[in-house]
Amino acid sequence: MKNPVMTASGTFGYGTEYSDFIDLSRIGGIIVKGTTLRERQGNPYPRMAETPSGMLNAVGLQNKGIDYFVNHIYPTLKDIDTNVMINLSGSTTEDYIKTAEIINTLDKIPGIELNISCPNVKEGGMAFGVSCLAASQVVAEVRKVYHKELMVKLSPNVTDIAEIAKGVEGAGADSISLINTLLGMAIDAKTRKPVLSTITGGLSGPAVKPIALRMVWQVAKAVKVPVIGLGGIMNATDAIEFMLAGATAIQVGTANFIDPAISVKIVDGIDNYLNKNGFSSAKDIIGALEI
Amino acid sequence: MKKFILDLTITHKVQLNEQNVLLKLTTIDQLPEILPGQFAEIRVDGSPTTFLRRPISINFVDYEKNELWLLIQIVGDGTRRMADMEVGQTLNAILPLGNTFTMPAEKNARIVLIGGGVGIAPLLMFGEKLHSMGYNCNFLLGARSKTDLLQLDEFERYGKVYTTTEDGSYGEKGYVTHHSLLIGSNFDYIYTCGPTPMMKAVASYAAINGVFCEVSLENMMGCGIGACLCCVTDTTEGNLCVCTEGPIFNITKLKWQI
Repeated sequence: MKNPVMTASGTFGYGTEYSDFIDLSRIGGIIVKGTTLRERQGNPYPRMAETPSGMLNAVGLQNKGIDYFVNHIYPTLKDIDTNVMINLSGSTTEDYIKTAEIINTLDKIPGIELNISCPNVKEGGMAFGVSCLAASQVVAEVRKVYHKELMVKLSPNVTDIAEIAKGVEGAGADSISLINTLLGMAIDAKTRKPVLSTITGGLSGPAVKPIALRMVWQVAKAVKVPVIGLGGIMNATDAIEFMLAGATAIQVGTANFIDPAISVKIVDGIDNYLNKNGFSSAKDIIGALEI
Repeated sequence: MKKFILDLTITHKVQLNEQNVLLKLTTIDQLPEILPGQFAEIRVDGSPTTFLRRPISINFVDYEKNELWLLIQIVGDGTRRMADMEVGQTLNAILPLGNTFTMPAEKNARIVLIGGGVGIAPLLMFGEKLHSMGYNCNFLLGARSKTDLLQLDEFERYGKVYTTTEDGSYGEKGYVTHHSLLIGSNFDYIYTCGPTPMMKAVASYAAINGVFCEVSLENMMGCGIGACLCCVTDTTEGNLCVCTEGPIFNITKLKWQI
């Protein structure tokens, strides 16, 4: 990667939505929106609720399926000079395997982010990510058919995230990203109804940052594979904090909605921090937390 | 259309009534082309509760003065902060976003633009375009009471204005769909923006009379550029983003129960 800044799945579309605002090739990596074997319509509206310093979403993995991606989206992405990875989700292990096999044939896609942590689908998704055994099994199965970078995205909605991280590392994950959204809820007191059509949804934004930072720190201590930190990163300082906690790279998510050019600003901001503090490379601050 | 992130400086502020403020804004660079019905995503700074940008309809663009108008209705903390801003302060906007209204096919088409409350905002710019292109335009504008009817003098520049108020304090009493103008089928094209129940009533009238009808939707949005998939509406083509596939939809495409 040319730099440690990636954009988080579900917040950056297919990247092309942002090409009016930034030069996409300046980002270290783009993780495109959650993709499944078959087309999904997602959950009914309303799918979003704004909360103090954050937002809940319950999109439910709306996407047109992997075949549509291969035929219509991949041709528009393959020449962007950055790492475009696919966030892969599924309802069953078979779905994950079949989709991974297809992605394995795409030359210009260097990796998968395996999403075993989506809180907004009834079957699969987070069900895999909250059990160490289920998480390890699905990672091991995908590992058998997928031969490039396999990043596994963990759910924070667990008791011991380090244990699950060790499990997926043992099952063959090349790297681990965390955190996906925290399960939350919003209520409209005026109507006495839930705001989201699904009642609960996933919380993101600066509200979750302290939790994400803590979990990244715990996981980075527990595993040997690179950890990719995300959760409420709004600026370069936030990104640096995740790297100090042990993240090799970071993902920018919800912040893209408020400033579509933020990812590139974070790339520059990290460089400035490194220069000002006499570090020669971003590697020098990974896990450099002084306790 | 290429989208821009711009800092817009407030040049004029007009308090229309307690709940509504008209901001006229300019920018150092020439404003890009903006089509009627499009909107801007406005960043709200310094609010403890408003985190995301707010989608605001573009009310009017004056290219000669390089001026853009936003009609702000105070709903929550975000819109209150925008309304509290003063001349000389700047707002950060992403624009132009969304699609535009479909122009009528015939120059002699019978056209009515129906607006409710602050939903009149995009109709002013569309009315100006229709008028400048030689179309004959009618406006049917509704509100709760006389003080809630906005920009009537502006609309009168571009066509005949009809009004309703719920309390009868101005124009005909009742909802827009009760107005005598809509007795029988007098129009070939209806365009509407306002509260959802009002638009559904207008859509129902249009559907019964077999009239072309476009509505401008105002779903909650995360990003405004088609990335987050939060603002979807159910259509004959599945869930579509209101921010990129809309906000203007033909009623035949929407799965509204009308």
